[in-house]
Amino acid sequence: MSIEIKTHAVEPIRHTYSNIQRRFGDKPASRYQEASYDIEATTNFHYRPLWDPQHGLNDPGRSAVRMADWHAVTDPRQFYYGVYVQSRAKMQEATEYNFSFCDKRGLLTRLPDAVQENLLRLLVPLRHVELGANMNNSSVAGDCVAGTMTQLHIYQAMDRLGMGQYLSRIALLIDGGTGEALDRSKTYWLEDALWQPLRRLVEDSLVIKDWFELTLVQNLIIDGHLYPLMYQHFDQWLAEQGAEDVSMLTEFMRDWFSESSRWVDAMVKTVRAESEANVEQLQSWIEVWQPRVVTALAPLAEASVGAPALSEVAAQFAARLKKLGFAAQEIAA
Amino acid sequence: MATKNKKLSLKDKYQYLTRDMAWEPSYQKKEDIFPYERFEGIKITDWDKWEDPFRLTMDAYWKYQAEKEKKLYAIFDAFAQNNGHQNISDARYVNALKLFLTGVSPLEYGAFQGYAKVGRHFSGAGARVACQMQSIDELRHVQTQIHAMSHYNKHFNGLHDFAHMHDRVWFLSVPKSFFDDARSAGPFEFLTAISFSFEYVLTNLLFVPFMSGAAYNGDMATVTFGFSAQSDEARHMTLGLEVIKFMLEQHEDNVPIVQRWIDKWFWRGYRLLSLVSMMMDYMLPNKVMSWKDAWEVYYEQNGGALFRDLERYGIRPPKYQDDANKGKHHISHQLWSTFYQYSQATNFHTWIPSEAEMNWLSEQYPDTFDKYYRPRFEHWQKQQEKGERFYNNTLPQLCQVCQVPTLFTEPDDPTQLSHRSLVHDGERYHFCSDGCCDIFKHEPEKYIQAWLPVHQIYQGNCEGADLETVVAKYYHINIGQDNLEYLGSPDHRRWQAIKGNKPLGADDSKDAA
Repeated sequence: MSIEIKTHAVEPIRHTYSNIQRRFGDKPASRYQEASYDIEATTNFHYRPLWDPQHGLNDPGRSAVRMADWHAVTDPRQFYYGVYVQSRAKMQEATEYNFSFCDKRGLLTRLPDAVQENLLRLLVPLRHVELGANMNNSSVAGDCVAGTMTQLHIYQAMDRLGMGQYLSRIALLIDGGTGEALDRSKTYWLEDALWQPLRRLVEDSLVIKDWFELTLVQNLIIDGHLYPLMYQHFDQWLAEQGAEDVSMLTEFMRDWFSESSRWVDAMVKTVRAESEANVEQLQSWIEVWQPRVVTALAPLAEASVGAPALSEVAAQFAARLKKLGFAAQEIAA
Repeated sequence: MATKNKKLSLKDKYQYLTRDMAWEPSYQKKEDIFPYERFEGIKITDWDKWEDPFRLTMDAYWKYQAEKEKKLYAIFDAFAQNNGHQNISDARYVNALKLFLTGVSPLEYGAFQGYAKVGRHFSGAGARVACQMQSIDELRHVQTQIHAMSHYNKHFNGLHDFAHMHDRVWFLSVPKSFFDDARSAGPFEFLTAISFSFEYVLTNLLFVPFMSGAAYNGDMATVTFGFSAQSDEARHMTLGLEVIKFMLEQHEDNVPIVQRWIDKWFWRGYRLLSLVSMMMDYMLPNKVMSWKDAWEVYYEQNGGALFRDLERYGIRPPKYQDDANKGKHHISHQLWSTFYQYSQATNFHTWIPSEAEMNWLSEQYPDTFDKYYRPRFEHWQKQQEKGERFYNNTLPQLCQVCQVPTLFTEPDDPTQLSHRSLVHDGERYHFCSDGCCDIFKHEPEKYIQAWLPVHQIYQGNCEGADLETVVAKYYHINIGQDNLEYLGSPDHRRWQAIKGNKPLGADDSKDAA
């Protein structure tokens, strides 16, 4: 027996928008499809941008990478705005609980001074790296084409802002909310020799003009080394010094990295599969940037987890590259 | 270890969580990292003076927005499940949605990308963060609008290819060129155009009338979107005001530049809003208020107070404000008359207002409707009753700047069409008004590039030499379904079937089909 509510059935005259029909046929479409495909203007632009008269608005020619249709890049998570914010809201709820737990129990302030100083010197300055990543992803979102591509990058941009804020709050837990620890941490970022190669790398990334090169450098190559190094190896290293509680405050970053790597890999795979020219272009960017990233991370590794950990990270990254279809380089950390 | 012992204020704490993450670069030059900040001539001496217009960290943003989205989509689901489209006031209402989805929603997407770009390129991190938040909000708006109208698209015509149409259909070049104009400008002009003129000064005349129209006409999906977006819009408005005050306070040399932008974007916005004026006065079966009343409340009163407030910076009200104030008695009627004649080339239907509606218009526009506009509609109505529904088959002349056909009358003479023209580089250009002509004079190199739909048809760039081919093949307007007169249209007939009776306000004797 089942309960049956009688409803008045109304036959629709079409199941979805015409652009979605052209791609997938006239059948009920997902919300991701309707919100992501073909919503961007593609033709008949009225004026050339004053800030870049060589190109039009929404001009795919701002990258050297060519795709017949950039909508080929899709999000394996099927994030449109609503799903995106609801997913992050869940993650932030857990993170908020962890922060307030740490705060209430004084889990950071009872750490030895030397360990607290290590957090400010070695971990918290990553907030500046996050801001650089925020800017780079906002830049890609503004310049790249196709709704499936653009939205990936604005979500990524806001994620990086959020993680920069979580890192900042670690220092605020240490200094009791005065901002003093944040000031000290920023001085390390600006002046300590161990951060300078990475700071140079971040500043260099901020002047990359080609948006696909930029997403590749930021989201694949930099993050692909930095996150495993700092949120796995360094996290382990902190635990060895009795600061395992910090893991609660960086759990967001680990979850986020394993989630966002999925779309980064999917994007790179799709673009690579398009043409031989793309394979070569991506390969050449990887060859330029991958050694630079490893070099930039070396002092940070040496001051904490040690060079072998970075070599391990580089080897893992090489395996990831190989899976994506690229030749990996031998890089000694 | 703390040596400072004073806890940060909320304001300072927010700054630590946003702009303090930025730093003075030393390995790359600042001008290379932020290459677009200077070419417009705006002088910023101290970005630290930027006042954050709202304080929202990402964790709070995710939390609040997720709650709003959850509620919104629950309503969308309920609306679709219960066939909420059957409960609207009348099927004619859906034509307002067609105008909105093809004319406004694609602009939200343009805003998303525009704010992502300025959200990267200001060297002040506080301003960047505020712009990025607006960027992702705008993405929210375009996506939720598509979802809100997805159900209507399944039951009505004219909504089905909105983005394709936005890029091509003649009258949609009015909103498209407006946004292209802003996005192709520098970052400070973009913010003056969109954050200040559009979001702050004019939003109550654009966004709000559509949402109130939804509320008055039983459209639960769209009005729920409107309520859900309200707090986003409030943030965008505060950003708009902060931007303008910041530029004006930073350097006195900014004042004339900003004044020119205000003049330009007020007039550009006003012309764009003429589409809304006809929506309010003619397309809503249940009227919210007349365009004239809306203009008086939201521009003359609220805008007046705003510009009095800006006077201390040396800013005066927009240059052609008086012309706009005079136009409030006319533009909706003039525009609807034009669309009535050109329905063969639009993705929405038009119709002659019912007797009750004409009486309402007479009341709302005592000085103009009976005198200038009613006779025209009554004449067309008689023709329609004889089976000779009027369509105009000559293509109109478009204004080079706003791209509205040159259909408006002189500010002081409603019997005289307003037309301006000038010669630039040996070529003659045509305008609807002094306001648009002035805009051209200041940046002729920009406006000579305009993609004018009528010229493009004549030049053979629209897949056909005759209007019908262009409409069907190039615009993707399904002839006989999306376009032409409302009475007798498939939308009308389906609505009659749903209601098992005749639609509101429609009299069968007028049915030309």
